[in-house]
Amino acid sequence: MYTLSQRLVFIGLALAGGLLILLMRQFLNDYILSIAGFVGIYVILAVSLNITNGFTGLFSLGHPAFMAIGGYTCAILTFPVQRKGYFLSGLPDWLAGTELSFFPALLIGGLFAALGSLLIGLPVLRLRGHYLAVATLGVIIIVQVLITNMGGITRGPLGLNGLPTLTNLWWVYLWVLITLYLGWKLKFSSFGRSMLAIREDEMAADCLGINLLRTRVQALMVGAFLAGVAGGLWAHLVTAITPKSFSLILAFTIVVMVVVGGSGSITGSLLAAVIFSMLTEAFRPLEESLNVYGIGEIVLSLILILILIYRPIGLFGTSEPGWLSPGKRKSLSGTAGD
Amino acid sequence: MLKIEDLHVYRGRTYVLKGISMEIAQGEVVALIGANGAGKTTTLKTISGLLPMKQGSISYKPDRTVQSSSLAGTGVEDIVRLGICHCPEGRGIFAGLSTAENLMAGAYLRRDKAAIQEDYQRVCKLFPILGERRKQVAGSLSGGEQAMLAIARALMGRPKLLLLDEPSLGLAPLVVATIFEMLAEINQQGITILLVEQNAVMALELAHRAYVLETGTVALSGPSREIASDDRVRKAYLGGRT
Amino acid sequence: MSGGYILQQLVNGLILGSMYALIAIGFTMIYGIIRLINFAHGDVVMIGSFMTLAFLQALGWPFYLVALAVMVGGALVGVAIERSVFRPMRGAPQVTGFIASLALSIMIQNMGILLLTAQPRNFSFPDIFQQVITLGAVSFRMVDLVIMLTAWILMIGLILLVKMTRLGVGMRATAENLEVARLMGININRTIMATFAIGGSLAATAGLMYGGKFGQIDPLLGFVPGLKSFVAAVVGGVGSIAGAICGGYIIGMAEVLFVGFLPPIYSAYRDAFVFGLLILILLFMPNGLFGKKSEDRA
Repeated sequence: MYTLSQRLVFIGLALAGGLLILLMRQFLNDYILSIAGFVGIYVILAVSLNITNGFTGLFSLGHPAFMAIGGYTCAILTFPVQRKGYFLSGLPDWLAGTELSFFPALLIGGLFAALGSLLIGLPVLRLRGHYLAVATLGVIIIVQVLITNMGGITRGPLGLNGLPTLTNLWWVYLWVLITLYLGWKLKFSSFGRSMLAIREDEMAADCLGINLLRTRVQALMVGAFLAGVAGGLWAHLVTAITPKSFSLILAFTIVVMVVVGGSGSITGSLLAAVIFSMLTEAFRPLEESLNVYGIGEIVLSLILILILIYRPIGLFGTSEPGWLSPGKRKSLSGTAGD
Repeated sequence: MLKIEDLHVYRGRTYVLKGISMEIAQGEVVALIGANGAGKTTTLKTISGLLPMKQGSISYKPDRTVQSSSLAGTGVEDIVRLGICHCPEGRGIFAGLSTAENLMAGAYLRRDKAAIQEDYQRVCKLFPILGERRKQVAGSLSGGEQAMLAIARALMGRPKLLLLDEPSLGLAPLVVATIFEMLAEINQQGITILLVEQNAVMALELAHRAYVLETGTVALSGPSREIASDDRVRKAYLGGRT
Repeated sequence: MSGGYILQQLVNGLILGSMYALIAIGFTMIYGIIRLINFAHGDVVMIGSFMTLAFLQALGWPFYLVALAVMVGGALVGVAIERSVFRPMRGAPQVTGFIASLALSIMIQNMGILLLTAQPRNFSFPDIFQQVITLGAVSFRMVDLVIMLTAWILMIGLILLVKMTRLGVGMRATAENLEVARLMGININRTIMATFAIGGSLAATAGLMYGGKFGQIDPLLGFVPGLKSFVAAVVGGVGSIAGAICGGYIIGMAEVLFVGFLPPIYSAYRDAFVFGLLILILLFMPNGLFGKKSEDRA
């Protein structure tokens, strides 16, 4: 269990983060703040994908699909009623007349994404290894195509634009904290150990009475819920959402973060997400000014390949820094990284 | 012919062979017996180059006219070329290839087409059933036939030294007896054999000499007859009562 | 809907299927030998088509020389990919290889965009290939005929190679059991490299055909045919060459029928359909038509 001083460290870190945001909002311009928002969203995405991929060893690439479901749901719910009739003719009346505030819309978006993951997961999670990866990649494309072709609800390929700018750093930070808390709680709970057991030795886990499919689906749903929320945050930060927003490249970017940070390590995903999203944002103006599109992706792929060759367990393996791990289980989570 | 001195081998992080030494003379059948995990398979895999050695030496002298050469750092391919053929644990036949193709795979490194044909005929005479099944996919052969195929395939490499890893595994006693008769015949044709076996009774009957491995060290060695009458061995491996 | 129309669609399916089959063979052989889903395989198709463009239009080489150079070039690309990315990863979990191939694919595509821009380029084959041949109700261009014949020749050659030659026995033995193949003295590094070379060569040839048939190429063109060919390999049973060929023709036919006979509104769903089919096959028919027992698919 956690000692009192460890709890204080967590609370201290959370407060320090809050203070940082307070200072940033005071002194930095909107452009930098929006980048900070993206960094936070990437943290949510990487840590939540880690719950699915890192903890259970399921290699899902489906995160962008769940983001799309959550993002569209959230965007439609917050879309101003006056404009709904004109833009989204296909909505049923009760929905056309509804306009929710941000937090409930995010929650519902997340729940829809989780529901979607349940429907997808029940059949697809019977696949293993790279076949699961391929199938979930297919899910991204299928969701993209469906959204593109449901014009009445989603405006098809045009997407929804002019969304209200609801996302600010505080919202992002709130969800970052929720994600980290959930991740931490799950990892060091009996559910977390079930997930890790499945990852390390499926047959042994099965023999111990762990319900494989249920644990897998649950892990996928938790990840999908957070991805859905991240989709909502994303949509209201960019103030636009199109089917192309949530692509294979995005899945790849999040996977890079998880793999480089170490599958199973929350700290690793967190740091990798911060570093890579800042790098990506740094490359964007460079690409635009020098007209060299694609450099960012090339660098990202190169880093991933090198990590896979030379340090396949990533920077942190499955472990968290010792001073943040609950006392008794430190050794357990430490050895799992070997 | 083969001389192993103070051999240490790791598999991953596990320290498996902790300094074994053994010697095999030309024309001999030497048995290597011991419990599961004693390091028998590891010894064979190290000789054939599949596993690297940490320390020690293996020197090999195919016949009197040639100088002995060290096998340390020699690739698997070159070791096969030197005339050491390894018939692996579980037989490892290529299930999707036909019987004839399996045999040809055994002669993969040889370029002497006429001699390969000759050996093929010879092997089919030794194991007539393989000749009958030459077009059949090897996966459809019975366990005993697969065991024969694995040995025959190793013979196709024209071995001077044949390494056999548990040829009797999972076979009916009658089939085991046939296979051991074949091994005796192969040995009579001048092929030296290093035999790893769980079935210590059969192995000691066939072999001239034997080594007993225990957790990575040689616990006992000597002529088969002596080993077979050793009390400890009888207790541990032969099921005999003292 | 006349009989002639149906016949014409079937011929179109054969042409498309020939290209998919050539790409699918590479997928299936590489999977068979090292259990790798090589997502970057489709991008070799793209590289092949740009090589064709360079040799044919920029350097002005005669066509037969271009075809030869593209085949050799594709083989070299395959070998380079194996040596630089997949050999250092050998023995790692399967999903590692798949993710690496995804990374490689994204890298190749973006290098293409960086060096060649995303702008599509026109591609014109010598005039003789544009000649229209009419046989009864069916008509096609010379290039289509050449595509089909070349594909058949290559496929027959490959099957002979794998069935009859020493290299073929070595490749099949390696695919069955890597370690035992080594004990036979088979140089598995060389065998695996040969497999990548053959796969790369066939994919690059398909790239040449793609350019000739559709007349326009861009750095992202490999993705969709690569994907469909992967589905073709899965339909046929991954690991089986005969399966990949059949799968290629099945997907080619299915695509043509889908576009040719269903109301146009459905064609917007084409990509979703391909992936939906893939997932269904993985779930319910994991061995495909010709595959061996699956170890890990479902």
